[in-house]
Order: sequence, then C-alpha cells, then structure tokens
Amino acid sequence: MVAVSQEIDKEKNVNVRKTVLSVDDLHVWFELKRFGFSHAGYVKAVDGVTFDIYNGETIAIVGESGCGKSSLLKTILGLYRPTTGKIVFEDKDLSELGVKGMHWYHSNVGYVQQDPYGALAPFMTIQKILEEPLIIGGIKNKRDRFQRIQKAMDEVKLTPVGDFLDKYPHMLSGGQQQRVVIARSMIMDPKLLIADEPVSMLDASVRVEILRLLSNLQEVHNLSVIYITHDLSTVSYFSERIFVMYAGNLVEKAKVRQLIDTPRHPYTMALLTGTSEPDAKNAETYKDLPPGEPPSLVHPPSGCRFHPRCSRMIAGLCEQKTPPDFEPDAGHLVACWLYQ
Amino acid sequence: MMKQDNNLLSIENLVLYFNSHQGPVQAVDGVDFVLNINRAVVILGESGCGKSSLAKAILRLLPRNAGAYSGHIYLRGNDIMTLNEEEFRQNIRWASISMVPQAAMNALNPVMRVGDQVSEPALVHLGVDKHGAIALVKKMFQHVGVPEDFISRYPFELSGGMRQRVAIAMALVTSPVLVILDEPTSALDVLTQANIFNVLKRLKKELGISFILITHDIATSSELADDVAIMYAGQIVETGDAGRFFAEPLHPYAKKLMASVPRLHGDKQPDFISGRPPSLINLPKGCRFADRCPSRYEKCIDDPPVIMNNDRKVKCWLYS
Repeated sequence: MVAVSQEIDKEKNVNVRKTVLSVDDLHVWFELKRFGFSHAGYVKAVDGVTFDIYNGETIAIVGESGCGKSSLLKTILGLYRPTTGKIVFEDKDLSELGVKGMHWYHSNVGYVQQDPYGALAPFMTIQKILEEPLIIGGIKNKRDRFQRIQKAMDEVKLTPVGDFLDKYPHMLSGGQQQRVVIARSMIMDPKLLIADEPVSMLDASVRVEILRLLSNLQEVHNLSVIYITHDLSTVSYFSERIFVMYAGNLVEKAKVRQLIDTPRHPYTMALLTGTSEPDAKNAETYKDLPPGEPPSLVHPPSGCRFHPRCSRMIAGLCEQKTPPDFEPDAGHLVACWLYQ
Repeated sequence: MMKQDNNLLSIENLVLYFNSHQGPVQAVDGVDFVLNINRAVVILGESGCGKSSLAKAILRLLPRNAGAYSGHIYLRGNDIMTLNEEEFRQNIRWASISMVPQAAMNALNPVMRVGDQVSEPALVHLGVDKHGAIALVKKMFQHVGVPEDFISRYPFELSGGMRQRVAIAMALVTSPVLVILDEPTSALDVLTQANIFNVLKRLKKELGISFILITHDIATSSELADDVAIMYAGQIVETGDAGRFFAEPLHPYAKKLMASVPRLHGDKQPDFISGRPPSLINLPKGCRFADRCPSRYEKCIDDPPVIMNNDRKVKCWLYS
C-alpha cells in the first residue's frame, strides 16, 4: 500500500519537479534494555514513514511532542541510523555514503534548532560561530570565509555586520540569536533546510519576522525546507504541503489549504479544534477534544494507533488492521479506514 | 476609586523596581487595573514587558534585588500592601491569592509524591490534618481532571499535561478567591493546551474563582478572557472588555500585536512589530511605544494620559 501511495506521489510530480530527498518506509527503533543488558523491547519512534520532498518545496511536519518528529528529523540529519528503510538524497542512499560522503551531505543540509540560545556556543563570538562550518567545510582562504560570513549575515539582516561580529550570543535578543542560527545553517549554501520549531521559543511579534525571513531565503535560494512544528497556525503562511504525524506514523498528507479547510483524519480535526484564533467567543464554549494522551511508543495500540481516542472508530476494523493511505481527494492522502 | 460590591481586586499605581548596576529596572511602573469577582483578566505583552514582575508584585514574592515597591492593592476593599510580612503570608499568599508559576510542571519536587506536594499548602494554611488534606487533594484532582490514584505517584511518572494539572490543583487546594496563572500552557502541546483551558473554564464556572492570566499568546488567551489588559514597558496601555478588544483593539501597540497573530483561516498575512521594546532601565520620555509606533505625532513626546473611550481605557494621545 505504501508503495502505491508513493507511485501516486511520483506520477503527479516527478515530471514537474526534481525530488531532493526521499524517505522510504523509514523505521527508527531504539532498543530498551533492562539492567543495562537484557532486551526489553523497542521504542518505535518512527514506524514506517514514507515521503518525497521536491526541489524548492516547503513541507511542514506537524505533531505533538513524543510523536517521533524529532527522531525523524535526526535520522534525516544523519545523527541516527535507520533501523530499516532508506533515505535518499539526490539519488544517493545515505547508508552508502562514507565519511567523505557524509561531509558532502552535511554541507548540503542546514539545520535550524529550536532553542537559539542553546544552539549557540556561549564562549564563541558570532564571527567564530559562523566561521566554524566554513573551516570544517574546507574553505581555507580566510578572506573567502569572511566574505561568506558577511553575505550570510546580510541575508538574515544582521546589519550592520560589524556591530555583531564580535558579540557573544548572550548579548543578542532572542530574534537576533535565531538569525545567527539561520545564518549558520545557510552558510554552506545548502539545498535542504531542516527547521525544528524555529519560532516556538520566540515572542509572538518576532515569530512572524523570522518566518518571513525563512520563506524569503527559501524563495531566493530555491531551497527545500522541512518545517517541523506543533503549531498549525504558523504553517499556512509558509508551507506547501503538511504531513501530520501521530505515534510514529504520518497519518495525513495534503496541500496546506486542503488540510486546513477539509481535514480528513480525526486526529487532524482534533488538532485544528485545539488551535485557537483570537476571538472572545472562545471563552464561552468548551472544546470537544479526544480523551486521553498519545500512546507509548513501546507498546503502540494495534491497528490504527489513534483508535483508542477516536470518536469515529469502526469496531472490528480500526483496532485490528493498520489503515493504509487512502486518497479521498486528489493529492490528499489519509491513513484512516473512514475513507476506504 | 469606587469600591463596588462585585469588585475583587483593584490595583492602584503599583510600582516595583529592581536594583541593578546600571540603575533601577522599572519592571512595574504605575499599574492600575480592576478585577471583578468571577472574571478573568488577561495580561498580554511581549517578554520583558514586566508582566511576570506584576504577578510577583501582587503576591509580594520579591527577589533580593527588589527596590522601590509601592502603590495600593485592594483585595475586597482592604489594602493588602499595608499588611506586614507575617499577616500577608498567613492571610493572603495562597490563602486568598495563589499562583501557578511559569513552567510550574517542571517545578514539582521530584522526590515527593504529587499528593503530598498538593496537600502541603492545605496543611500549612487550613490547619487540617493529613487525612483531611488528602481528601481535599482528591477533590481538587477531580476538578482538574487528574485520576485519583495519581496521588501516590512521583512527578516523573506523569505527562507534561498531567503535571500542569497537578500544579493547578496545588494553587486551588486552599480555595483561594484569585489564581494568577503565569504562562500556564506555553510549554505544552496544542491538544494539552486546549484541554487545560477547558479545565480552567470549568473551574471558573464551578468554583467561582477569578483569574489573572499572564501570557504572550493572544490566540489561546481568548479562551479564558473576560477582560484584557495590554502591558508595554512596565505600564498598562489598554484595558477593556475582551469581546470588544478582540474585535477592535485601540492602542497602536495592541493593534500591531493583534496583527502579528497567525490565523488558520483567511488570507490575511500576519505582520510584525519592527524594533524592540525599550530597556526598562533607560526608558524613553513621553510615550514608551512612540519609537515603534506608525501613528506617532508631535504630542507623543509627552507621556500620554489614560483616556476613557466608551468604558475602555487607553493610554494614547490619539484618543484625547
């Protein structure tokens, strides 16, 4: 079934755009050990995830904490090894890249961390922070390095550049720190940018500024971006497609407007209900939310993983068989038996 | 100021400065507002505008570097600023006004069972015995939606949402009339957040509690708000009824703040506020928002008065 959905994905887009990264039936399991040695099961953080991302496309992965989105991201970054499944970047399988190949890969993938202050070394000046990836990337000429630092800082609007070069991260505001993080992720001119909740630690008024900056960079450099977040309201301004992740699976994949206007999966509907818009009427009503909490990834529920919390569960089916991807509307994939 | 019957808390000219090497940090600088019984007021503002300091000032939880601290806080007509430290501790803090501090879910004692932690304020303030306190805890757990058998669990055995509920139960166990919530859901997931707000709404209805909700998240704040107060650089620049505020904010800062909220539906692009809030040490003269304000004019070099505009108060020359 997964292969089928992939076919559909490919048929529609392959002639139009080039695939940058494709993730194929990815599983990332972490072994649990009892007393340090005997096997005690697996944490199935990512359990069968398949998607492609095209050149110049932004996708958003939305899910709650503990749904496996960080494990997915770290595996894509090459920090974890897949248990099974493949990650292919520009027709090269990550598992077949050697040390040099991984160097090449890392210079092509930028990473924007969630907490800018935690991501910047407190004892390094901004210049040193931005210079480090260039040194590791093998740019020997000091003047070249300086030029690229200036260009990157210019692009993220940390200007005048001279004012910031000798500063330490704690001297900057949260928004400026996040700009440094973005400049660092962009400095090797990557093709793919992975942004892990880049604005969740920032003030509301700064959030929009940073999101705009990211979307400008994306346009100017024709970047592919994977934007990871739990906040659906910021997604619509920034991404083309949204993937909703629940308990290690992608349960719904669709274009942004499609997903927000006509959500199909009961979990997506719940997420949309849970997201507030500023309206005084909110205070008068209770929200209708699914009971319970996301399941443990060690013993996920059988069948559809959302079935214990789902109000539209079909007895005898949902708890027994894992739903494949159905396509109720063109290009709108949803792993839910309601749409068989 | 008039002291009406349904008036619970009224704050007049509250000031709290902190001492620093560069001079006093004017975190709370002449705040006035009124809160009626069984209402919820939301205090909205960017980080560093003094909203958490305002909560601390109300509860008199002052750090060691606190400097000037003055003004009046009337709780049901009595000025609690005149009480001495011991009276305040016995009668006000947690007995009448309690607080759910920022990141409260991570502030629970990791080596104490949650039931014991929640019962502690009851033992100290209500003079009940261990048995009675546990009974109270059970009642509170029911109100906030924590299963009763969680009483003997440790914090690490609970999810973030459950821990936050426990922290709320801890603020409720002494049956205070007012609970101050400082960013109660900012570290939580969407569904957990929505669930906590369901709980807070229910508590307000069932127990008749009043809330002061301090947050920078405008969208979720509307889940609880009856009244809104906008704070900027240590001062309140607009107060008013939530319905009218969310429909049409008055102060230019409030307008900008509302425009920065990303929305799910509609095509309106969110905007951002250029510039940064002023340092609370070197505050500009005149209107503190003037530097960033799109509609500033000559008058803004003087400090604007608080102007009444159809029952709403706004500190801006535009409405004079």
